[in-house]
Amino acid sequence: MNRIVKFVILDILRNKIVLFYTLILAVLSWSVFNLEDNSTKGILSLLNVILLTVPLVSVIFSCIYLYNSAEFIELMLSQPIKRTKIWFCLFIGLVFSFVLSFVIGAGLPLLVYAPFDVGLIMILVGVFITAIFVALAFLSSVFTRDKAKGIGIAIMLWLFFALLFDGMVLFLLFQFSDYPIEKLMVVLSALNPIDLSRILILMHLDVSAMMGYTGAIFKHFFGTNLAISIVFVILLLWTIVPFLISLIKFKRRDL
Amino acid sequence: MMSRILIAIFLLSTASFFAEKIHVGKHHKIKCIKTALTHCKNGDSIIVEAGIYQEGNLVIDHSISLIGENLPVLDGQKKFEVLSIKACNVLVKGFKIQHSGFATLNDPCGIKVYDSQHVTIIQNVLDDNFFGIYLQYCKKCLIKDNRIVAYGEAEQQIGNGIHCWKSDSLVIEGNEVSGHRDGIYFEFVTNSVIWRNRSAKNIRYGLHFMFSNNDAYISNVFKNNGAGVAVMFTQKVKMFNNRFEENWGDAAYGLMLKEISDSYIVGNTFKRNTTGIYMEGTNRIKLEKNTFELNGWAMKIQASCMDNEITANNFLSNTFDVSTNGSLVLNSFNANYWDKYEGYDLNKDAIGDVPYHPLSLFSVIVEKNPPAMLLFRSFMVSLLDKSEKIIPSLTPDNFIDHLPLMKALNL
Repeated sequence: MNRIVKFVILDILRNKIVLFYTLILAVLSWSVFNLEDNSTKGILSLLNVILLTVPLVSVIFSCIYLYNSAEFIELMLSQPIKRTKIWFCLFIGLVFSFVLSFVIGAGLPLLVYAPFDVGLIMILVGVFITAIFVALAFLSSVFTRDKAKGIGIAIMLWLFFALLFDGMVLFLLFQFSDYPIEKLMVVLSALNPIDLSRILILMHLDVSAMMGYTGAIFKHFFGTNLAISIVFVILLLWTIVPFLISLIKFKRRDL
Repeated sequence: MMSRILIAIFLLSTASFFAEKIHVGKHHKIKCIKTALTHCKNGDSIIVEAGIYQEGNLVIDHSISLIGENLPVLDGQKKFEVLSIKACNVLVKGFKIQHSGFATLNDPCGIKVYDSQHVTIIQNVLDDNFFGIYLQYCKKCLIKDNRIVAYGEAEQQIGNGIHCWKSDSLVIEGNEVSGHRDGIYFEFVTNSVIWRNRSAKNIRYGLHFMFSNNDAYISNVFKNNGAGVAVMFTQKVKMFNNRFEENWGDAAYGLMLKEISDSYIVGNTFKRNTTGIYMEGTNRIKLEKNTFELNGWAMKIQASCMDNEITANNFLSNTFDVSTNGSLVLNSFNANYWDKYEGYDLNKDAIGDVPYHPLSLFSVIVEKNPPAMLLFRSFMVSLLDKSEKIIPSLTPDNFIDHLPLMKALNL
C-alpha cells in the first residue's frame, strides 16, 4: 500500500502543477500580509483564497488526474490488489500532496502573521476543504466515463457550494424573514462545507458583531469548544461520505 | 470689604481654635461612633481607629470631619443605611463601609448625602451595599478615590454605585465601581465633572445619564458593562478621552445617545463593542478625533439624527463601519480615515480622490434581516457589496465621505 501511495505522490510531484500551486499560494499569502498594514485585512483576503481557490484547484486537478490515470488503475487491477486499496491509495496520495502544498504555501504565513487561534483554525479548515473537494472529485469521476462530463460535474459542484448555495440561502432568508429561522440557518449551513468553514472563521474574526442577538444564537452554536469539535466532525463526514460512496461505486464498476 | 474679610478670618480661626479632635476606638474613652456624633459640634474632627463598628444607622448632622485610621469597618448588618450625611461641610475619609440594608422603598445606601453642600467623600471602600454613594439635592460635593464593589446578580436586586439626583457642581473623580446596577447614575445633575473613573462589570450601564445638562466626563474607562454607557435626554454634554470597551450584547452599546443635542464627543476610544456608538434623535453633535477599533458596528446612526458632524475619526478593523435604518441622511461625514477605503490619491494631498461610501449594502441587509449575518464574508455577499459600492441603489447615495483620508490619524 505504501508503495502505491508513494508512487501516486511522486507522479503528482512530477506533474509540477502541485509545485506551481504551492508557489502561487505562497506568493499570494506572503504578499497579502505584507501589503496590508493590519493583519485582519490579510486574513480576509486569505479567507477568500481558502474558500474559493483551494476547493477549485483541488476538485479540478483531482478529477483530471483520476481520468488520466485510468490506464494505471487498470494495470493495477490486473495485479492481485484489492480495488478498495487502489482507490484509497489514490485518495491518500492526492489529499496528502494538496494538503502539503496548502500548509507550506498558505499555512506558514498564517502562522507567522495571523493571531495563533485564528491561524490554526484557518489551516485546519483549509486542510479539510482540500480533502472534501478531492473526495468530491472522486465522486464526480466515478459517475461517468466521459472525461468532459466528469470535469463538468466537478466544476458544477464547486460552483454550487461556493456561489449558488449562498444565493439560495439569501433568497430563503428574505422569503422567510418574518419567521424565526436562526436555528434553521444553522442547520442549512451544515449542508455546505464551505459555508460551515466560513462561519467557523467568522466566529473568531468578527467576534464583536457576533455578540448581537442573532449573533449570540450562532455563537451559542458555533463558538464553544464543543461546537468547534462538532463542526470539524461534520467536515470529516463531508470528507468520508462522498469518498465512501465513490468507493462503493468503484467496486461495482465494470472496467 | 476689608472688615468682612477680617471677620471671616476671625471666625475661621476661632472655629479651628475651638475645634476638637475626638478619638473613637477600643483604646479610647469613647468606644462608639454614635456617642461621638451626638457630642460633637461644628468643626470637630472625629478620628476612628481600626476595628469593626456595627452601630446601625450613623447620622452626621454637624459640619465635621469623620476620618478613619487604617480602614475601620462600618457594618450595616444588611439592615441599615450605614452613613447618612445631613449637614454641609462634611468630610468622610478612609472607611470601609459594608453590608447596607436592602429595600426598594427608601433605598438604603453605604453613604447617603441629603440636601447638603461642600461634602467631601474620599478614599473609602464600599463593599456589598445596596446603593454605594447616593447624593440628593447636593451642591459642590467631591467624591474622590473611592472603591465601590457590589455583587449584584439581577438588575432589580441592586442599586447604583454612585447615584446623583437633582444636584449641581459635583466632582466625581478617580473612583472605581463594579458589580452595581449602574456604575455612575446622573439624573437632573448639572455643571458637574466625571473624571478619571473606572466603571466595569456593572449589570446595566457603566454610566447612566439622564436630564443632566452642561456636564463633562473626561478620561473615564467603561469596560464590560451589561449595556455600556447611556446618555439620554440631555444637552451640552462634553465627552472627552474616555475609553469604551468590550460592551457585548444585542442591546449593548459602547455609547448610546438618545435625544442628545449640542454636545461634543472628542478623543474617545471605542474598542471591541458590539456597537461603538448608537445614535437616536441626536442633533448637532460634534464627533471628532475618536478611534473606533474592532467593533461589530462602529456607529449606528438612526435616521432620526440631524446635523451631526463626524470628522477626523479613525475607523479600524470594524466589522461594519456605519449602519442606519432609513434612507434619510442629514449628517455629515468628512475627513475620516476608513481602513476599508480602496480609493487612490493622485495629487498626493493625503485625501482620497474618490469619495467613500461608508454604508455597505450588507450592513443595510443585516439591519433589516439579522440572521443574514450568517452569510457575511461569503463570495456572494462580497459581490453584492462591490456592485453596490459602484452603483448605489439600495443604500442612500448621499451617505458619503467626500474627503476620506489616506492614512490613519495619529490619535
